Amino acid sequence: MSDAIATPAATTPAQTGIARLAPWGVWIVLAVVLAALPLLFRSGTALTMLSLMGIAIIFALSYNMLLGQTGMLSFGHAVYYGLGAYFTVHAINWAIAAKLPIPLLVMPLVGGFAGLVFAILFGWVSTKRSGTAFAMISLGLAELVGSSSLILRSFFGGEEGVTTNRTKLLRLFDWNFGPQIQVYYLIAAWCLLSIALMYALTRTPWGRMCNAVRDNSERAQFVGYNPQVVRYLAFCLSGLFAGVAGGLASINFELANSALFSAVQSGNVLLATFIGGAGHFVGPILGAVLVTYLQNMLSDVTEVWQLYFGLMFIATVMYAPGGLAGLIMMHGPIWRAGALSGLFGAYALLLAPIALVTVGAVLVIEMMTHLGVKAAEGTVMKMAGISFDAKSGLAWVLALGSLLAGGGLALLAWRRGVAPAWDRAQGKAREKGLTV
Amino acid sequence: MAELVLISTLNGVLYGLLLFLMASGLTLIFSMMGVLNFAHASFYMLGAFLGFQISRWAGFWWALIWAPVLVGLAGALVERFGLRNVHRHGHVAELLFTFGLAFVIEELVQIVWGKSPVDFRTPALLDFPAFTVFATNYPAYKLFMLVISIAIFVGLFVMLTKTRIGLIVQAALTHPHMVAHLGHNVPFVFMAVFGVGAALAGIAGVIAGPALVTQASMAALLGPILFVVVVVGGLGSLQGALFASLLIGLLQTFAISINLSLSDIFAGSGFTPAPNTLLGDLWRVSVAQIAPILPYVLLVLVLIFRPTGLFGNRET
Repeated sequence: MSDAIATPAATTPAQTGIARLAPWGVWIVLAVVLAALPLLFRSGTALTMLSLMGIAIIFALSYNMLLGQTGMLSFGHAVYYGLGAYFTVHAINWAIAAKLPIPLLVMPLVGGFAGLVFAILFGWVSTKRSGTAFAMISLGLAELVGSSSLILRSFFGGEEGVTTNRTKLLRLFDWNFGPQIQVYYLIAAWCLLSIALMYALTRTPWGRMCNAVRDNSERAQFVGYNPQVVRYLAFCLSGLFAGVAGGLASINFELANSALFSAVQSGNVLLATFIGGAGHFVGPILGAVLVTYLQNMLSDVTEVWQLYFGLMFIATVMYAPGGLAGLIMMHGPIWRAGALSGLFGAYALLLAPIALVTVGAVLVIEMMTHLGVKAAEGTVMKMAGISFDAKSGLAWVLALGSLLAGGGLALLAWRRGVAPAWDRAQGKAREKGLTV
Repeated sequence: MAELVLISTLNGVLYGLLLFLMASGLTLIFSMMGVLNFAHASFYMLGAFLGFQISRWAGFWWALIWAPVLVGLAGALVERFGLRNVHRHGHVAELLFTFGLAFVIEELVQIVWGKSPVDFRTPALLDFPAFTVFATNYPAYKLFMLVISIAIFVGLFVMLTKTRIGLIVQAALTHPHMVAHLGHNVPFVFMAVFGVGAALAGIAGVIAGPALVTQASMAALLGPILFVVVVVGGLGSLQGALFASLLIGLLQTFAISINLSLSDIFAGSGFTPAPNTLLGDLWRVSVAQIAPILPYVLLVLVLIFRPTGLFGNRET
């Protein structure tokens, strides 16, 4: 979803048949993919994970309205997610108790509305400042709401939270939303709608002003816009979509508890957005899918999955600040120049060293974990079917050796192979007039 | 009542000074590099755990010297090989880098020392009541913490205002290019300031470790309050940090000791809201219960009425 998507107005009016659908191609494909995914991944765990990914995508995209589009770093985005969840749960319970004919389908709107209202309230305080001060204020507000939620027990339900039953609402087309597959389609529908709306927002004049405020707020001011107002609007709309995501999460779990407000939640969305790439619209989508997948997979395999996450995040900040999407988009002009094949050969050189570094790092971390946290289980540990002693010198020499050797080889491959190949490919793209 | 006021004041000043030990490093680093070090509280935690480990091997007094040195070195390394490389991507990238670092340090501490609190005890030499007021024993260790904090505060103040090193640091804060032209190694000054800031947090960790609980979540518990201190005081202002540290220290300590709620105050009015409503919750909650959120309420109030912070004068 780059600038390549033409607006309908740009096409000639004389189109007929299938050509008329072309401008909407990306969205139709996306809708088909979302509809077909449960047919490909049939297991219960896969379905649960797909649902979580859908929620994470909305949440991460809403976060990127702040970080990527407007350049506001927030450490407390979970506030609007959590409040959206709580208000949705209460709305569902209230509708059940009052026997109101409201279908579950529209319930995430309640979450979105709650997110919007609280973003209007808190945004008024926090968007007075930008940059670092804004980040700190968002953190403070998150703590404020998180701690208050434990005091106001009647609304937030204390430690246990508030439960609900999503199946008791008005049924449409005989769907009671009991089975996970129906919940998935609910989430997928909202996900598609939210992606489309948020993408459309980036194409409006206001969306462009957001980018201007991000890049140079002083110049934006000279053009005649008040950066504070632009930031405030971005904050409110971002709260709205975060609330929708929270509402969907509470429908998915049939529960809202204070963990939704936690710093972990705010941190995760930041991680997902940044690893995916804050500079491109698709970045947060990639990030949300990857991070949700890794969270579910890694937490089964290792106890210290969060450490791997942190390291991955630091590596992204240091070496690929554009995130995954940034890395992929870098190759766009080279691909169009037809010079991509030359690069792949150079990349293949990197594979072995990177594998070595990964194996070494994983070994070091897992052996440390085994000796530290799991000291009671003895020093013998098992990885990939091989049993070995975590205290033996040989294991450590092997682990550190492969870490260092892999690092050295990677550096060598980078300097001798990848960097020159990249320059050549870039040169070719430039020759053909494709700016890099 | 007099007893409560006296003890709470002592504890509040102590907590405030401890906050200032960390906030001063954070402020110095911020004024110099424009980076708010998210991992600052993690250095404090690292100080506490290293202090615990060294005091096991060699006793508390060695820990008091070596743990801050090690934490300071770690800080300098982080600046040299991490932050300096991220610098070209801008302030947001720097803040994100320290955020990731805080994440990783917490996980590493959990791996090495586990998730449950470690048994970091006060040294035997200071394990006695210093004085008794109104039948309350005031531990000597707390007095020792007070003395150390004040000594470091005075030392830092003298070094920054009266020595040549302080002069260079102060000049590098505002005119880094001019200082570099005069032949000083500005990147080294930056690294040293970052290291010293981390070491100050490390000292705070070692002396707070035995008094508070030394556990892997201590950074996450203290970090947000630290940022409140820096924002309320005014980003980059050392006086502001001192004032806000003491203010928040006293505020929290006094609030914790007041077990009063609205229902107590209006006990005679005969008004009692129903128990399971929002008003009922607010009516019955005591001041002590809302003590943890008071710093954040203060933050919001200060931002509404004085967006640059109490002593701040620069927009960031």
